[in-house]
Amino acid sequence: MKVLDNLFYTESHEWVKFEDDGTATVGITDFAQSELGDIVYVNLPEVDDVMEAGKRFCDVESVKAVSDVYAPISGTIMAVNEDLMDSPEGVNEDAYGAWFVKVSDVNNKDRLMSAEAYVALVEKEG
Amino acid sequence: MELKTPLYDMHVQANGKIVPFAGYLLPIQYPTGIITEHQLVRTSVGMFDVSHMGELVLEGKDATENLRYLIAGEINDLVPGQIRYALMCYKNGTVVDDLLIYKMSDTKYFLVVNASNKDKDAKWISEHLFEGVTLSDVSDSFGQIALQGPQSQKVLEQICSDFPQKYYTFKEKVDVSGVECLVSRTGYTGEDGFEIYCDADKIDIIWKALIDLKVPPCGLGARDTLRLEAGMPLYGHEISDEITPLEANLKMFVKLDKEAFIGKDALTLPRARKRIALKMVDRGIAREGCDVYVGEEKVGFVCSGTHSPTCNMAIATALVHVDTPIESEFLIDVRGRKIKAEKTPFPFVKKAK
Repeated sequence: MKVLDNLFYTESHEWVKFEDDGTATVGITDFAQSELGDIVYVNLPEVDDVMEAGKRFCDVESVKAVSDVYAPISGTIMAVNEDLMDSPEGVNEDAYGAWFVKVSDVNNKDRLMSAEAYVALVEKEG
Repeated sequence: MELKTPLYDMHVQANGKIVPFAGYLLPIQYPTGIITEHQLVRTSVGMFDVSHMGELVLEGKDATENLRYLIAGEINDLVPGQIRYALMCYKNGTVVDDLLIYKMSDTKYFLVVNASNKDKDAKWISEHLFEGVTLSDVSDSFGQIALQGPQSQKVLEQICSDFPQKYYTFKEKVDVSGVECLVSRTGYTGEDGFEIYCDADKIDIIWKALIDLKVPPCGLGARDTLRLEAGMPLYGHEISDEITPLEANLKMFVKLDKEAFIGKDALTLPRARKRIALKMVDRGIAREGCDVYVGEEKVGFVCSGTHSPTCNMAIATALVHVDTPIESEFLIDVRGRKIKAEKTPFPFVKKAK
């Protein structure tokens, strides 16, 4: 399982990357995609939607089931990765490249944990 | 506590993702993934551990008549070596279980039932036994592998010289990799294939032989997408103790010209609902239990729904009011969002030639 050191993580298996300009990029982790199995739809939110840390902001459909994706931080969605509409399997192939949304006005980082803490969490769950 | 099939260690070794299913710990998929496993079975070959299935033996002078009373279908024309799919109904016409009936002789039948219903079935049959007919549950002594896909025969030929040629027939006491087996030409994928039964403590020999022949193991996930594409019912979804065979479009397994059988009276009445096949027009997957609408009116619910790897779209079966016009634009409530769906013919995918 892949965990990148420069990202932050949540208990619900999302990742966040803080960009130099103060915005953030959000996706789901390699562990999450592996647990979900083959992903066939990503139901993305809309640009300008507000997301609230800890609340569901979109969902992912695998062959097996639908799973909620929770906002790791609060903020306003400034971009969604439309490539995922046509190629949802990109999440299985590269969970950290296949971002879901880019977020501005970022606040409430309480839920985030370091890569090290996330590895420990996943080892416990796995 | 969940039981382990005799092949449990094989699944763990192969990194199968183990989940509880029908009281057993079984792999939902291997690292290959559901879509790849599914496609391998459609285009080539794959195998499934189906040791969890229940096996019952009905035996006695009047076993045939007893079985004819228990099931909605007909077996009078079966000869030893033939198999028939059948539905066992309650008095109100809803379904106790669906099963495969293997005719061993005029006085002995091998019944293969759903794992989750096995105890219920055994009790039900025992309560309706004719004098001199006995029922035994031999499930624990059998392991079972389903070898499925257009290349099944090519694979099986390498470890077995005497296998059944015709669909829905079987052979007993057949040598497969040195193990005495019962082999039937049956399956639950809509493809050609075999189901191989043998002593529970020897089934791993066959599994390993098939692994050596590069047959990929496949999990419950692919088993479900394959059977749904093939339009095959699954107990608890398309049929249940709340759904009759007529509602599930399984009328061909209900023989009303047969003398008394359990459920006959109820099954002579017209059905209130019908099963339809739907494909999603909008993005999203309708799952089991989602409500189905035509306009504002709720007309039914989804029995099974998934992503079809072969059609590369979301498909579903639904039970709707019998008078619902089939050309309707259907709307399915998927977690509060209404997505469009339209009727499509059964099965979603036809067998490869």
